[in-house]
Amino acid sequence: MLLRVRNITKRFGGLVAVDDVSFDVPAGHIKAIIGPNGAGKSTLFNLISGFYPSTSGSLRFEDADITHMPMHTIARRGIARTFQTTSLFKHQTVLDNAMMGYRMHAESTLFDALLRTPRARREEAETREAAFEALNFAGIEPLAARIAGSIPQEAQKRLAIAIAVAAKPKLILLDEPVAGVTSEETLEHAALIRHMAREGYTICLVEHKMSLVMGLADSIVVLHHGKKIAEGTPGEVSADPAVIEAYLGAATHA
Amino acid sequence: MRRVLWILAAAVAVALPFLVPKSFYLQIIASAYITAIAVYGLNVILGYTGLLNLGHAAFFGIGAYAVALLQTKAGWPFWPALLAGCVASVVLGALVGMVSLRTRGNYFAIFTAAVGVMIAIVFTNWQDLTGGNIGIVNIPPPPPIGSLTFDGDVPKYYLVLAALALTILICVLVRNSLIGRTFVAIADNEDLARATGVNVARVRLTAFMLSTFLAGLAGGMFAMYNGNLGPDQTGLDITFEQLLYLVIGGIGTIAGPLVGTLVLVEISQQLQGVEQYRFLIFGPMLVLLVRFFPLGIVGGFNRLTARWVRP
Repeated sequence: MLLRVRNITKRFGGLVAVDDVSFDVPAGHIKAIIGPNGAGKSTLFNLISGFYPSTSGSLRFEDADITHMPMHTIARRGIARTFQTTSLFKHQTVLDNAMMGYRMHAESTLFDALLRTPRARREEAETREAAFEALNFAGIEPLAARIAGSIPQEAQKRLAIAIAVAAKPKLILLDEPVAGVTSEETLEHAALIRHMAREGYTICLVEHKMSLVMGLADSIVVLHHGKKIAEGTPGEVSADPAVIEAYLGAATHA
Repeated sequence: MRRVLWILAAAVAVALPFLVPKSFYLQIIASAYITAIAVYGLNVILGYTGLLNLGHAAFFGIGAYAVALLQTKAGWPFWPALLAGCVASVVLGALVGMVSLRTRGNYFAIFTAAVGVMIAIVFTNWQDLTGGNIGIVNIPPPPPIGSLTFDGDVPKYYLVLAALALTILICVLVRNSLIGRTFVAIADNEDLARATGVNVARVRLTAFMLSTFLAGLAGGMFAMYNGNLGPDQTGLDITFEQLLYLVIGGIGTIAGPLVGTLVLVEISQQLQGVEQYRFLIFGPMLVLLVRFFPLGIVGGFNRLTARWVRP
Protein backbone atom coordinates (compact mmCIF):
# COMPACT_ATOMS: atom_id res chain seq x y z
CA MET A 1 0.00 0.00 0.00
CA LEU A 2 1.40 3.38 -0.99
CA LEU A 3 -0.44 5.57 1.51
CA ARG A 4 -2.23 4.48 4.69
CA VAL A 5 -4.32 7.07 6.49
CA ARG A 6 -5.35 5.86 9.96
CA ASN A 7 -7.79 7.59 12.33
CA ILE A 8 -6.47 10.98 11.29
CA THR A 9 -8.05 13.87 13.20
CA LYS A 10 -7.59 17.62 13.07
CA ARG A 11 -9.09 20.03 15.57
CA PHE A 12 -9.04 23.80 15.18
CA GLY A 13 -10.03 24.91 18.67
CA GLY A 14 -13.51 23.51 19.18
CA LEU A 15 -14.05 22.63 15.53
CA VAL A 16 -13.22 19.09 14.42
CA ALA A 17 -12.36 19.63 10.75
CA VAL A 18 -11.27 16.07 10.08
CA ASP A 19 -12.68 13.42 12.41
CA ASP A 20 -11.13 9.95 12.68
CA VAL A 21 -10.71 9.34 8.95
CA SER A 22 -9.01 6.18 7.64
CA PHE A 23 -8.43 4.98 4.08
CA ASP A 24 -5.75 3.49 1.84
CA VAL A 25 -4.37 4.61 -1.50
CA PRO A 26 -2.91 1.68 -3.46
CA ALA A 27 -0.16 2.41 -5.97
CA GLY A 28 -1.43 3.23 -9.46
CA HIS A 29 -4.90 4.28 -8.29
CA ILE A 30 -6.88 7.43 -8.76
CA LYS A 31 -8.51 8.11 -5.43
CA ALA A 32 -11.05 10.90 -5.12
CA ILE A 33 -12.07 12.64 -1.91
CA ILE A 34 -15.49 14.25 -2.26
CA GLY A 35 -17.95 15.92 0.03
CA PRO A 36 -20.00 19.09 0.43
CA ASN A 37 -18.38 22.42 1.22
CA GLY A 38 -16.67 22.42 4.57
CA ALA A 39 -16.50 18.65 4.72
CA GLY A 40 -12.78 18.80 5.53
CA LYS A 41 -11.41 17.66 2.16
CA SER A 42 -8.72 20.30 1.81
CA THR A 43 -7.81 20.00 5.49
CA LEU A 44 -7.27 16.29 4.93
CA PHE A 45 -4.86 17.10 2.09
CA ASN A 46 -3.08 19.61 4.26
CA LEU A 47 -2.59 16.89 6.86
CA ILE A 48 -1.27 14.32 4.38
CA SER A 49 1.19 16.80 2.86
CA GLY A 50 2.34 18.01 6.29
CA PHE A 51 1.06 21.56 5.76
CA TYR A 52 -0.79 21.23 9.09
CA PRO A 53 0.23 18.91 11.92
CA SER A 54 -2.53 16.42 12.75
CA THR A 55 -4.12 16.33 16.19
CA SER A 56 -4.12 12.53 16.31
CA GLY A 57 -3.95 9.51 14.04
CA SER A 58 -1.18 8.34 11.77
CA LEU A 59 0.02 8.53 8.19
CA ARG A 60 2.20 5.87 6.59
CA PHE A 61 3.77 6.35 3.20
CA GLU A 62 5.60 3.39 1.66
CA ASP A 63 5.62 1.76 5.10
CA ALA A 64 7.35 4.72 6.76
CA ASP A 65 5.65 6.85 9.39
CA ILE A 66 5.34 10.37 8.00
CA THR A 67 2.83 11.67 10.58
CA HIS A 68 5.15 14.17 12.19
CA MET A 69 7.41 15.04 9.29
CA PRO A 70 7.68 18.64 8.06
CA MET A 71 6.19 19.43 4.67
CA HIS A 72 9.47 19.64 2.78
CA THR A 73 10.57 16.22 4.02
CA ILE A 74 7.28 14.65 2.99
CA ALA A 75 7.68 16.29 -0.44
CA ARG A 76 11.16 14.80 -0.74
CA ARG A 77 9.80 11.37 0.08
CA GLY A 78 7.63 11.57 -3.02
CA ILE A 79 4.34 13.32 -2.25
CA ALA A 80 3.70 16.28 -4.54
CA ARG A 81 0.68 18.51 -4.24
CA THR A 82 -1.19 21.36 -5.83
CA PHE A 83 -3.13 23.96 -3.89
CA GLN A 84 -6.80 24.81 -4.21
CA THR A 85 -6.21 28.40 -5.19
CA THR A 86 -3.67 27.88 -7.96
CA SER A 87 -0.33 28.37 -6.29
CA LEU A 88 2.64 29.32 -8.46
CA PHE A 89 5.89 31.26 -8.28
CA LYS A 90 4.03 34.11 -9.98
CA HIS A 91 6.95 36.41 -10.69
CA GLN A 92 9.20 33.72 -12.19
CA THR A 93 9.12 32.25 -15.65
CA VAL A 94 7.05 29.16 -16.40
CA LEU A 95 10.30 27.25 -16.90
CA ASP A 96 11.70 28.39 -13.54
CA ASN A 97 8.46 27.22 -11.91
CA ALA A 98 8.78 23.75 -13.35
CA MET A 99 12.48 23.68 -12.46
CA MET A 100 11.56 24.30 -8.83
CA GLY A 101 9.44 21.15 -9.00
CA TYR A 102 12.47 18.99 -9.79
CA ARG A 103 14.78 21.06 -7.58
CA MET A 104 14.66 18.62 -4.64
CA HIS A 105 16.56 16.01 -6.63
CA ALA A 106 19.55 18.36 -7.01
CA GLU A 107 22.08 18.35 -4.20
CA SER A 108 24.53 21.03 -5.28
CA THR A 109 25.24 23.65 -2.64
CA LEU A 110 26.03 27.35 -2.73
CA PHE A 111 29.71 26.48 -3.17
CA ASP A 112 28.93 24.29 -6.17
CA ALA A 113 27.10 27.27 -7.66
CA LEU A 114 29.97 29.69 -6.96
CA LEU A 115 32.65 27.36 -8.33
CA ARG A 116 30.50 26.11 -11.22
CA THR A 117 31.44 22.55 -10.31
CA PRO A 118 30.61 19.69 -12.68
CA ARG A 119 27.91 18.63 -10.24
CA ALA A 120 26.25 22.05 -10.37
CA ARG A 121 26.34 22.08 -14.18
CA ARG A 122 25.07 18.53 -14.48
CA GLU A 123 22.24 19.09 -12.01
CA GLU A 124 21.21 22.35 -13.65
CA ALA A 125 21.02 20.67 -17.04
CA GLU A 126 19.15 17.75 -15.53
CA THR A 127 16.67 20.06 -13.78
CA ARG A 128 16.09 22.04 -16.96
CA GLU A 129 15.46 18.84 -18.89
CA ALA A 130 13.04 17.49 -16.28
CA ALA A 131 11.26 20.85 -16.27
CA PHE A 132 10.80 20.86 -20.05
CA GLU A 133 9.58 17.29 -19.88
CA ALA A 134 6.97 18.24 -17.29
CA LEU A 135 5.88 21.32 -19.26
CA ASN A 136 5.56 19.15 -22.34
CA PHE A 137 3.54 16.65 -20.34
CA ALA A 138 1.16 19.38 -19.21
CA GLY A 139 0.98 20.81 -22.74
CA ILE A 140 2.39 24.24 -21.91
CA GLU A 141 5.95 23.98 -23.21
CA PRO A 142 5.42 26.88 -25.67
CA LEU A 143 4.83 29.16 -22.67
CA ALA A 144 8.18 28.29 -21.02
CA ALA A 145 9.67 31.79 -21.28
CA ARG A 146 6.56 33.63 -20.06
CA ILE A 147 6.13 34.95 -16.54
CA ALA A 148 3.87 32.52 -14.70
CA GLY A 149 1.50 35.19 -13.37
CA SER A 150 0.82 36.48 -16.89
CA ILE A 151 -0.37 33.26 -18.56
CA PRO A 152 -4.10 32.37 -18.79
CA GLN A 153 -5.84 30.87 -15.76
CA GLU A 154 -6.25 27.46 -17.38
CA ALA A 155 -2.56 27.34 -18.29
CA GLN A 156 -1.70 28.31 -14.72
CA LYS A 157 -3.59 25.26 -13.49
CA ARG A 158 -1.65 23.12 -15.94
CA LEU A 159 1.57 24.69 -14.67
CA ALA A 160 0.66 23.79 -11.09
CA ILE A 161 0.33 20.20 -12.27
CA ALA A 162 3.60 20.47 -14.23
CA ILE A 163 5.42 21.57 -11.05
CA ALA A 164 4.04 18.51 -9.25
CA VAL A 165 4.92 16.18 -12.14
CA ALA A 166 8.44 17.62 -12.44
CA ALA A 167 9.11 16.39 -8.90
CA LYS A 168 8.72 12.82 -10.23
CA PRO A 169 6.62 11.96 -7.18
CA LYS A 170 5.12 8.64 -6.20
CA LEU A 171 1.85 10.26 -5.14
CA ILE A 172 0.25 13.45 -6.41
CA LEU A 173 -2.37 15.27 -4.38
CA LEU A 174 -4.57 17.49 -6.56
CA ASP A 175 -6.70 19.95 -4.61
CA GLU A 176 -9.69 20.85 -6.79
CA PRO A 177 -7.77 20.82 -10.07
CA VAL A 178 -10.69 22.16 -12.12
CA ALA A 179 -12.09 24.75 -9.72
CA GLY A 180 -13.09 27.79 -11.73
CA VAL A 181 -12.49 26.45 -15.24
CA THR A 182 -15.11 26.10 -17.99
CA SER A 183 -16.78 22.77 -18.65
CA GLU A 184 -14.88 22.37 -21.92
CA GLU A 185 -11.57 22.91 -20.14
CA THR A 186 -12.72 20.52 -17.42
CA LEU A 187 -12.79 17.75 -20.01
CA GLU A 188 -9.25 18.59 -21.09
CA HIS A 189 -8.08 18.55 -17.49
CA ALA A 190 -9.75 15.20 -16.93
CA ALA A 191 -7.82 13.92 -19.94
CA LEU A 192 -4.60 15.29 -18.44
CA ILE A 193 -5.28 13.57 -15.11
CA ARG A 194 -6.03 10.30 -16.91
CA HIS A 195 -2.80 10.74 -18.83
CA MET A 196 -0.99 11.10 -15.50
CA ALA A 197 -2.56 7.88 -14.24
CA ARG A 198 -1.55 6.05 -17.43
CA GLU A 199 2.01 7.23 -16.91
CA GLY A 200 1.96 5.39 -13.61
CA TYR A 201 1.33 8.25 -11.18
CA THR A 202 -0.81 7.51 -8.18
CA ILE A 203 -3.28 10.33 -7.75
CA CYS A 204 -5.42 11.50 -4.91
CA LEU A 205 -7.77 14.34 -5.75
CA VAL A 206 -10.22 16.51 -3.95
CA GLU A 207 -13.02 17.55 -6.22
CA HIS A 208 -16.33 19.29 -6.20
CA LYS A 209 -17.48 18.45 -9.71
CA MET A 210 -19.15 15.05 -9.39
CA SER A 211 -19.14 14.46 -13.15
CA LEU A 212 -15.34 14.65 -13.27
CA VAL A 213 -14.87 12.36 -10.30
CA MET A 214 -17.36 9.70 -11.42
CA GLY A 215 -15.67 9.21 -14.76
CA LEU A 216 -12.14 9.37 -13.39
CA ALA A 217 -11.70 7.79 -9.98
CA ASP A 218 -11.01 4.13 -9.22
CA SER A 219 -12.45 4.65 -5.80
CA ILE A 220 -14.00 7.45 -3.82
CA VAL A 221 -13.95 8.53 -0.18
CA VAL A 222 -16.92 10.64 0.87
CA LEU A 223 -16.48 13.10 3.72
CA HIS A 224 -19.27 14.88 5.55
CA HIS A 225 -18.69 17.18 8.53
CA GLY A 226 -15.15 15.83 8.73
CA LYS A 227 -16.20 12.19 8.97
CA LYS A 228 -15.87 9.48 6.36
CA ILE A 229 -19.41 8.39 5.54
CA ALA A 230 -18.70 6.12 2.58
CA GLU A 231 -15.95 4.60 0.50
CA GLY A 232 -16.08 2.52 -2.66
CA THR A 233 -16.21 2.56 -6.44
CA PRO A 234 -18.06 5.44 -8.09
CA GLY A 235 -21.01 3.10 -8.66
CA GLU A 236 -21.17 1.97 -5.05
CA VAL A 237 -20.76 5.44 -3.64
CA SER A 238 -23.40 7.06 -5.83
CA ALA A 239 -25.88 4.36 -4.77
CA ASP A 240 -25.11 4.76 -1.08
CA PRO A 241 -28.11 6.27 0.74
CA ALA A 242 -25.95 8.15 3.24
CA VAL A 243 -24.07 9.82 0.39
CA ILE A 244 -27.24 10.71 -1.47
CA GLU A 245 -28.61 12.19 1.73
CA ALA A 246 -25.46 14.17 2.58
CA TYR A 247 -24.09 15.16 -0.75
CA LEU A 248 -26.16 14.43 -3.83
CA GLY A 249 -29.37 15.15 -1.96
CA ALA A 250 -28.07 18.45 -0.77
CA ALA A 251 -26.95 19.28 -4.30
CA THR A 252 -30.44 18.60 -5.70
CA HIS A 253 -32.02 20.95 -3.21
CA ALA A 254 -29.44 23.66 -3.80
CA MET B 1 23.00 44.49 -25.39
CA ARG B 2 23.32 44.06 -21.62
CA ARG B 3 26.64 42.32 -22.11
CA VAL B 4 27.90 45.27 -24.15
CA LEU B 5 26.91 47.65 -21.35
CA TRP B 6 28.74 45.54 -18.78
CA ILE B 7 31.93 45.40 -20.89
CA LEU B 8 31.70 49.15 -21.45
CA ALA B 9 31.26 49.79 -17.72
CA ALA B 10 34.18 47.50 -16.90
CA ALA B 11 36.39 49.30 -19.44
CA VAL B 12 35.51 52.70 -17.98
CA ALA B 13 36.12 51.43 -14.44
CA VAL B 14 39.56 50.07 -15.36
CA ALA B 15 40.55 53.22 -17.27
CA LEU B 16 39.15 55.62 -14.67
CA PRO B 17 42.44 56.43 -12.86
CA PHE B 18 43.80 57.66 -16.21
CA LEU B 19 40.63 59.54 -17.11
CA VAL B 20 40.20 61.57 -13.92
CA PRO B 21 43.20 63.64 -12.97
CA LYS B 22 41.94 64.58 -9.53
CA SER B 23 42.61 61.77 -7.08
CA PHE B 24 39.82 63.20 -4.93
CA TYR B 25 37.29 62.03 -7.49
CA LEU B 26 38.88 58.59 -7.66
CA GLN B 27 38.48 58.32 -3.88
CA ILE B 28 34.79 59.08 -4.12
CA ILE B 29 34.27 56.42 -6.78
CA ALA B 30 36.28 53.86 -4.80
CA SER B 31 34.20 54.62 -1.70
CA ALA B 32 31.06 54.19 -3.79
CA TYR B 33 32.33 50.77 -4.95
CA ILE B 34 32.81 49.74 -1.32
CA THR B 35 29.29 50.84 -0.46
CA ALA B 36 28.02 49.03 -3.57
CA ILE B 37 29.55 45.76 -2.31
CA ALA B 38 27.52 46.13 0.89
CA VAL B 39 24.43 47.02 -1.14
CA TYR B 40 24.92 43.81 -3.15
CA GLY B 41 24.83 41.97 0.17
CA LEU B 42 21.57 43.71 1.04
CA ASN B 43 20.24 42.72 -2.38
CA VAL B 44 20.89 39.03 -1.71
CA ILE B 45 18.77 39.02 1.44
CA LEU B 46 16.13 41.60 0.47
CA GLY B 47 16.09 41.42 -3.32
CA TYR B 48 16.31 37.66 -3.68
CA THR B 49 14.89 36.27 -0.44
CA GLY B 50 12.55 39.15 0.41
CA LEU B 51 13.81 39.71 3.97
CA LEU B 52 14.72 43.21 5.15
CA ASN B 53 17.84 43.00 7.33
CA LEU B 54 18.04 46.37 9.05
CA GLY B 55 21.21 45.31 10.88
CA HIS B 56 23.16 45.11 7.64
CA ALA B 57 25.56 47.96 8.46
CA ALA B 58 26.48 46.21 11.72
CA PHE B 59 27.81 43.26 9.74
CA PHE B 60 29.72 45.74 7.61
CA GLY B 61 31.10 46.98 10.94
CA ILE B 62 32.08 43.48 12.07
CA GLY B 63 34.14 43.01 8.90
CA ALA B 64 35.65 46.48 9.17
CA TYR B 65 36.55 46.27 12.87
CA ALA B 66 37.91 42.73 12.52
CA VAL B 67 40.23 43.80 9.71
CA ALA B 68 41.28 46.98 11.51
CA LEU B 69 41.84 45.37 14.91
CA LEU B 70 43.64 42.29 13.63
CA GLN B 71 46.07 44.55 11.83
CA THR B 72 46.61 47.26 14.43
CA LYS B 73 46.36 45.21 17.64
CA ALA B 74 47.33 41.68 16.63
CA GLY B 75 49.80 42.65 13.91
CA TRP B 76 48.20 40.45 11.25
CA PRO B 77 48.87 41.33 7.63
CA PHE B 78 45.89 42.57 5.61
CA TRP B 79 45.09 39.46 3.60
CA PRO B 80 44.48 36.97 6.41
CA ALA B 81 42.79 39.79 8.36
CA LEU B 82 40.38 40.33 5.46
CA LEU B 83 39.60 36.63 5.34
CA ALA B 84 39.05 36.58 9.11
CA GLY B 85 36.83 39.66 8.86
CA CYS B 86 34.61 37.96 6.28
CA VAL B 87 34.49 34.78 8.36
CA ALA B 88 33.63 36.74 11.52
CA SER B 89 30.78 38.46 9.72
CA VAL B 90 29.43 35.16 8.34
CA VAL B 91 29.69 33.37 11.71
CA LEU B 92 27.84 36.18 13.45
CA GLY B 93 25.40 36.18 10.53
CA ALA B 94 24.75 32.48 11.09
CA LEU B 95 24.09 33.02 14.81
CA VAL B 96 21.83 36.02 14.28
CA GLY B 97 20.15 34.28 11.35
CA MET B 98 19.31 31.17 13.33
CA VAL B 99 17.33 33.28 15.78
CA SER B 100 15.98 36.08 13.57
CA LEU B 101 14.87 33.89 10.67
CA ARG B 102 12.25 32.35 12.94
CA THR B 103 10.41 35.64 12.53
CA ARG B 104 8.77 37.01 9.41
CA GLY B 105 8.17 40.30 7.65
CA ASN B 106 8.14 43.33 9.92
CA TYR B 107 9.25 41.29 12.91
CA PHE B 108 12.37 40.21 11.09
CA ALA B 109 13.14 43.83 10.21
CA ILE B 110 12.61 44.95 13.81
CA PHE B 111 14.66 42.09 15.25
CA THR B 112 17.61 42.71 12.94
CA ALA B 113 17.39 46.46 13.56
CA ALA B 114 17.71 45.74 17.28
CA VAL B 115 20.70 43.46 16.70
CA GLY B 116 22.28 46.15 14.51
CA VAL B 117 21.80 48.82 17.16
CA MET B 118 23.28 46.56 19.84
CA ILE B 119 26.38 45.83 17.77
CA ALA B 120 26.83 49.54 17.03
CA ILE B 121 26.58 50.27 20.76
CA VAL B 122 29.33 47.75 21.43
CA PHE B 123 31.55 49.44 18.83
CA THR B 124 30.96 52.82 20.47
CA ASN B 125 31.33 51.76 24.10
CA TRP B 126 33.98 49.06 24.19
CA GLN B 127 36.56 51.82 24.21
CA ASP B 128 39.59 49.70 25.16
CA LEU B 129 39.15 47.62 22.07
CA THR B 130 37.46 49.83 19.49
CA GLY B 131 38.65 53.26 20.52
CA GLY B 132 35.07 54.40 21.12
CA ASN B 133 33.88 57.34 19.08
CA ILE B 134 37.39 58.14 17.89
CA GLY B 135 37.65 54.69 16.39
CA ILE B 136 40.79 53.15 14.96
CA VAL B 137 43.38 55.11 13.03
CA ASN B 138 46.55 54.27 11.12
CA ILE B 139 45.36 50.99 9.66
CA PRO B 140 48.32 49.95 7.48
CA PRO B 141 47.92 49.39 3.73
CA PRO B 142 47.97 45.79 2.43
CA PRO B 143 51.49 44.34 2.14
CA PRO B 144 52.79 44.11 -1.44
CA ILE B 145 52.30 40.94 -3.47
CA GLY B 146 55.60 40.56 -5.38
CA SER B 147 56.21 43.87 -7.07
CA LEU B 148 52.58 44.88 -6.66
CA THR B 149 52.24 47.49 -3.92
CA PHE B 150 48.98 48.79 -2.47
CA ASP B 151 50.19 52.05 -1.00
CA GLY B 152 48.45 54.91 -2.77
CA ASP B 153 45.10 55.80 -4.27
CA VAL B 154 45.41 54.09 -7.65
CA PRO B 155 46.44 50.60 -6.49
CA LYS B 156 43.87 50.76 -3.69
CA TYR B 157 41.27 51.76 -6.27
CA TYR B 158 42.06 48.65 -8.28
CA LEU B 159 41.92 46.46 -5.20
CA VAL B 160 38.46 47.78 -4.38
CA LEU B 161 37.43 47.36 -8.02
CA ALA B 162 38.59 43.74 -7.90
CA ALA B 163 36.49 43.14 -4.76
CA LEU B 164 33.49 44.70 -6.49
CA ALA B 165 34.03 42.54 -9.59
CA LEU B 166 34.23 39.45 -7.37
CA THR B 167 31.02 40.51 -5.66
CA ILE B 168 29.15 40.97 -8.94
CA LEU B 169 30.49 37.63 -10.19
CA ILE B 170 29.25 35.92 -7.02
CA CYS B 171 25.82 37.50 -7.43
CA VAL B 172 25.56 36.50 -11.11
CA LEU B 173 26.62 32.92 -10.39
CA VAL B 174 24.24 32.61 -7.46
CA ARG B 175 21.27 34.25 -9.16
CA ASN B 176 21.48 31.90 -12.15
CA SER B 177 22.02 28.77 -10.07
CA LEU B 178 19.45 26.41 -8.61
CA ILE B 179 20.11 27.80 -5.13
CA GLY B 180 19.54 31.36 -6.41
CA ARG B 181 16.27 30.31 -8.02
CA THR B 182 15.33 28.80 -4.69
CA PHE B 183 16.04 32.09 -2.86
CA VAL B 184 13.70 33.90 -5.23
CA ALA B 185 11.10 31.13 -5.15
CA ILE B 186 10.83 31.34 -1.36
CA ALA B 187 10.25 35.09 -1.54
CA ASP B 188 7.63 34.51 -4.22
CA ASN B 189 5.63 31.70 -2.60
CA GLU B 190 6.88 30.16 0.61
CA ASP B 191 4.15 27.49 0.90
CA LEU B 192 4.71 26.20 -2.61
CA ALA B 193 8.47 26.18 -1.99
CA ARG B 194 7.86 23.90 1.01
CA ALA B 195 5.57 21.73 -1.10
CA THR B 196 8.38 21.32 -3.63
CA GLY B 197 10.69 20.01 -0.93
CA VAL B 198 12.59 23.18 -0.05
CA ASN B 199 13.89 23.37 3.53
CA VAL B 200 12.94 27.04 3.78
CA ALA B 201 14.74 27.69 7.08
CA ARG B 202 18.03 26.31 5.78
CA VAL B 203 17.91 28.11 2.43
CA ARG B 204 17.05 31.41 4.15
CA LEU B 205 20.00 30.96 6.47
CA THR B 206 22.27 30.33 3.47
CA ALA B 207 21.06 33.57 1.88
CA PHE B 208 21.54 35.45 5.13
CA MET B 209 25.11 34.17 5.50
CA LEU B 210 25.97 35.08 1.90
CA SER B 211 24.53 38.53 2.52
CA THR B 212 26.58 39.04 5.69
CA PHE B 213 29.69 37.75 3.89
CA LEU B 214 29.37 40.55 1.35
CA ALA B 215 28.73 43.07 4.14
CA GLY B 216 31.92 41.85 5.88
CA LEU B 217 33.91 42.06 2.66
CA ALA B 218 32.73 45.63 2.14
CA GLY B 219 33.65 46.49 5.73
CA GLY B 220 37.14 45.03 5.33
CA MET B 221 37.63 47.02 2.16
CA PHE B 222 36.44 50.16 3.93
CA ALA B 223 38.99 49.75 6.74
CA MET B 224 41.74 49.07 4.22
CA TYR B 225 40.85 51.94 1.91
CA ASN B 226 40.34 54.67 4.48
CA GLY B 227 43.01 53.64 6.96
CA ASN B 228 40.69 54.65 9.77
CA LEU B 229 37.34 53.57 11.08
CA GLY B 230 34.65 54.78 13.48
CA PRO B 231 31.33 53.47 14.81
CA ASP B 232 29.36 55.95 12.69
CA GLN B 233 29.81 53.56 9.73
CA THR B 234 27.83 50.80 11.40
CA GLY B 235 24.56 52.45 12.47
CA LEU B 236 20.98 52.09 11.37
CA ASP B 237 21.22 55.25 9.25
CA ILE B 238 23.92 53.62 7.12
CA THR B 239 21.66 50.61 6.54
CA PHE B 240 18.86 52.96 5.47
CA GLU B 241 21.20 54.76 3.12
CA GLN B 242 22.21 51.46 1.54
CA LEU B 243 18.56 50.49 1.33
CA LEU B 244 17.86 53.73 -0.50
CA TYR B 245 20.63 52.99 -3.01
CA LEU B 246 19.20 49.51 -3.57
CA VAL B 247 15.60 50.67 -4.05
CA ILE B 248 16.61 53.41 -6.46
CA GLY B 249 19.01 51.16 -8.37
CA GLY B 250 16.55 48.29 -8.60
CA ILE B 251 15.82 45.61 -6.01
CA GLY B 252 16.58 42.08 -7.12
CA THR B 253 18.52 43.10 -10.23
CA ILE B 254 22.19 42.42 -10.91
CA ALA B 255 23.24 45.96 -11.88
CA GLY B 256 20.87 47.76 -9.49
CA PRO B 257 23.12 48.01 -6.41
CA LEU B 258 26.01 49.46 -8.43
CA VAL B 259 23.88 51.84 -10.49
CA GLY B 260 21.88 53.05 -7.47
CA THR B 261 25.00 53.67 -5.41
CA LEU B 262 26.89 55.47 -8.17
CA VAL B 263 23.93 57.65 -9.14
CA LEU B 264 23.18 58.74 -5.58
CA VAL B 265 26.84 59.25 -4.64
CA GLU B 266 27.19 61.43 -7.72
CA ILE B 267 24.08 63.41 -6.80
CA SER B 268 25.43 63.81 -3.26
CA GLN B 269 28.61 65.21 -4.80
CA GLN B 270 26.66 67.76 -6.79
CA LEU B 271 25.01 68.85 -3.56
CA GLN B 272 28.26 69.71 -1.83
CA GLY B 273 27.83 72.33 0.79
CA VAL B 274 24.21 71.38 1.30
CA GLU B 275 25.11 67.75 1.79
CA GLN B 276 23.49 67.45 5.18
CA TYR B 277 20.21 68.29 3.47
CA ARG B 278 20.62 65.63 0.78
CA PHE B 279 17.78 63.56 2.19
CA LEU B 280 15.47 66.48 1.42
CA ILE B 281 16.16 65.62 -2.19
CA PHE B 282 16.51 61.84 -1.83
CA GLY B 283 13.22 61.61 0.06
CA PRO B 284 10.92 63.03 -2.62
CA MET B 285 13.03 61.23 -5.24
CA LEU B 286 12.35 57.93 -3.51
CA VAL B 287 8.63 58.67 -3.29
CA LEU B 288 8.42 59.53 -7.00
CA LEU B 289 10.49 56.52 -7.97
CA VAL B 290 8.48 54.04 -5.94
CA ARG B 291 5.29 55.56 -7.36
CA PHE B 292 6.30 55.62 -11.02
CA PHE B 293 9.33 53.32 -11.27
CA PRO B 294 8.82 50.70 -8.56
CA LEU B 295 11.46 48.46 -10.10
CA GLY B 296 14.16 51.13 -9.76
CA ILE B 297 16.44 52.42 -12.49
CA VAL B 298 17.75 49.03 -13.59
CA GLY B 299 14.44 47.22 -13.18
CA GLY B 300 12.71 49.89 -15.27
CA PHE B 301 15.47 49.74 -17.86
CA ASN B 302 15.20 45.95 -18.06
CA ARG B 303 11.46 46.18 -18.58
CA LEU B 304 11.86 48.77 -21.34
CA THR B 305 14.58 46.87 -23.19
CA ALA B 306 12.69 43.58 -22.84
CA ARG B 307 10.13 45.13 -25.19
CA TRP B 308 12.72 45.95 -27.86
CA VAL B 309 14.93 42.89 -27.77
CA ARG B 310 13.67 39.47 -26.85
CA PRO B 311 16.54 37.41 -25.46
